[in-house]
Amino acid sequence: MTNVNEVATSLPLTHTPPASGSRVELDQLVRVYGSVRALDGFSLTIEPGEFVALLGPSGCGKTTVLRQIAGFEQLDSGRVLVNGQDLSNVSAQKRDMGMVFQSYSLFPNMNALNNVAFGLRMRHQRSSQRLAKAAEVLEMVGLSDQAKKYPHQMSGGQQQRVALARALAIEPQVLLLDEPLSALDAKVRAELRDQIRMLQKRLSITTIFVTHDQEEALSMADRVCVMSKGRIEQMATPAVLYRHPNTAFVAQFVGVSSRVPTLYRGGSVDIFGQACTVRGDERPTEGAEVDAILRPEDLTIEPDPQGIGFVTHKSFLGATTRLVVQVRETPVRIDVRSDQGEELELGAHVNVKVISRDVLVAARVENSATQTA
Amino acid sequence: MASIGVPIGDFIANEEAGIDRPMPLAGARKKRRRFSLWRFIVLFVAGAYFLIPIFAGLKFSLQDISGRFSFQAIQNLPSAPGFSGAFWLSMRLAIVTLVVSILLMVPTTIYVHLRLPRMRRLMEFITILPIVIPPIVIIAGILPAAPLWAKSSPYLLSFLYVILSMPFIYRSLDAGLSAIDLKTLVEAARSLGASWLRTLTQVILPNLRPALLSAMVLTLALVLGEFTMASLDLWTTIPVWIVQFNTASSGHVQTAASMLGLIGTWVFLTIIVSIDRSESRKSRRKTGTL
Ligand SMILES: Nc1ncnc2c1ncn2[C@@H]1O[C@H](COP(=O)(O)OP(=O)(O)OP(=O)(O)O)[C@@H](O)[C@H]1O
Ligand SMILES: [Mg+2]
Repeated sequence: MTNVNEVATSLPLTHTPPASGSRVELDQLVRVYGSVRALDGFSLTIEPGEFVALLGPSGCGKTTVLRQIAGFEQLDSGRVLVNGQDLSNVSAQKRDMGMVFQSYSLFPNMNALNNVAFGLRMRHQRSSQRLAKAAEVLEMVGLSDQAKKYPHQMSGGQQQRVALARALAIEPQVLLLDEPLSALDAKVRAELRDQIRMLQKRLSITTIFVTHDQEEALSMADRVCVMSKGRIEQMATPAVLYRHPNTAFVAQFVGVSSRVPTLYRGGSVDIFGQACTVRGDERPTEGAEVDAILRPEDLTIEPDPQGIGFVTHKSFLGATTRLVVQVRETPVRIDVRSDQGEELELGAHVNVKVISRDVLVAARVENSATQTA
Repeated sequence: MASIGVPIGDFIANEEAGIDRPMPLAGARKKRRRFSLWRFIVLFVAGAYFLIPIFAGLKFSLQDISGRFSFQAIQNLPSAPGFSGAFWLSMRLAIVTLVVSILLMVPTTIYVHLRLPRMRRLMEFITILPIVIPPIVIIAGILPAAPLWAKSSPYLLSFLYVILSMPFIYRSLDAGLSAIDLKTLVEAARSLGASWLRTLTQVILPNLRPALLSAMVLTLALVLGEFTMASLDLWTTIPVWIVQFNTASSGHVQTAASMLGLIGTWVFLTIIVSIDRSESRKSRRKTGTL
């Protein structure tokens, strides 16, 4: 291990991105721990080179999905296919998966460079070759100057970048990222987010990114898969997910929404005296008591001294101002243009109007005046 | 005793106050002085308790019969009848015990940590049994039960020493494995293409080195000092030899033999402690960055 940087620059850059990434198909995965169905018929297809975020609350099975793909655990039933090949009988060692773990996972007994070179050493690459490659990948994550440092000498963000480099160095079939940023502070997290996305595009490597942070998922992924209780709630692009959530769970988990109690009658619901059509997969039974789920931008207000609600909170968000309007027992969040918001005093009476074409409804939850994701 | 502690405690308190730092409040200072005084009393008593017998032994082994300073006892040691036989027997037993213990306990402990974490309590209980059950009970049970071929070999003792050393080995390994994120490290290595063997040799064992070393030293000290079993099994190991080689003029040589064993173990311990220290300094820095 002489001068690593010298070796790296004297060799041509060998890291050519693969023509296209691998295609991943998860077919009806089931994994049961005791009485918990961690995965309950989970199916998902990921196109080559796609960046998919798995989003869901804690304990919904996100990590379990990654562990199944990486081959760390046995499935109770179902199949994992990569490029059409069933991996059921392939050990973790042979699967070629690049995994970055939620906790720091660098080998404490090796410096950054040797950590990155580890996978290549396991593939019996010649020493000079693998160190050059490792130095090159370290450079990609911007850590050439840290090559000789041991994990305990690096910051959390640096360690996770080395872990990313280590996963990328083996040119894996699929890159599996299990909340790699959750232990880092906000600024480092934002930087690394951009860096991961950039590298992923450049190498066009199929990537599954696990997170419970909706902002992270929406800003990074080509498609987001929202999970709940070991199942898929909805898989869609960030824009579709936000604008057209299929289920109440998705509507509440992604973005901000308010729940307004109402009755379902003849395909529509009555919201503040206005009949609104119902969208989505979940159709309630006729006459059922339901909650309408409304985004702040689905609503608008008109100042009216005889109005049905009054303003209880105002928060300035820049171009828009978010109001909380109390309508009978229900606080409702509404976004208005900031110039309009400025004119409203706290306590001012207003009328609330729905401006979206249709609304999503969910079964009534008692005591659920307002919910935020 | 207290009259020795006071000036030392004072000296330290003054030293610290002298450093370019705001003076601590009078109350805090008083408290600190009393605290360090107690520290020195405790240290002194404990030190005297351990060191006086050792010092006496060392002094005795460096005297001739008339009480003058001499290296004669140590010089006579190798040629003392039966010593070299006992020495090499103890060494062979120590090595066999170490190899068998490590081969048995390292994979077992790692397996329990990785796959059967709920069994850790049970393992702890089982491995502590040799401390709870006196060695004499174990050997008294084994001897009538063991087949003749086993009884005729000294390595039956090694087998028993493996049992005796279990508490030390298991506890050291358990602590070492708990200090690293074993599951994640193993999974990282596996997904990077490492076989189980290479995961063990290149990832787990290097990070377990201090734990392994301390387990080995403790085992070594145990084997070199064990008397009951060896004597009942009729094998002359060093401790048995020390007791047997008991003539009027031999006291100095016997003591020299004990001292030799003690010093040897100490040298090992010192090495371990210094390795452990640099290791724990590393991990302290590591937690500082999280
Ligand atoms: N080894 C295990 N033994 C028993 N139950 C487990 C095990 N691993 C996971 N589970 C259970 O399976 C469910 C899914 O766990 P998983 O780790 O996949 O959740 P997650 O979505 O990654 O959550 P988080 O966001 O908190 O990491 C949880 O209810 C968890 O308690
Ligand atoms: Mg998880």
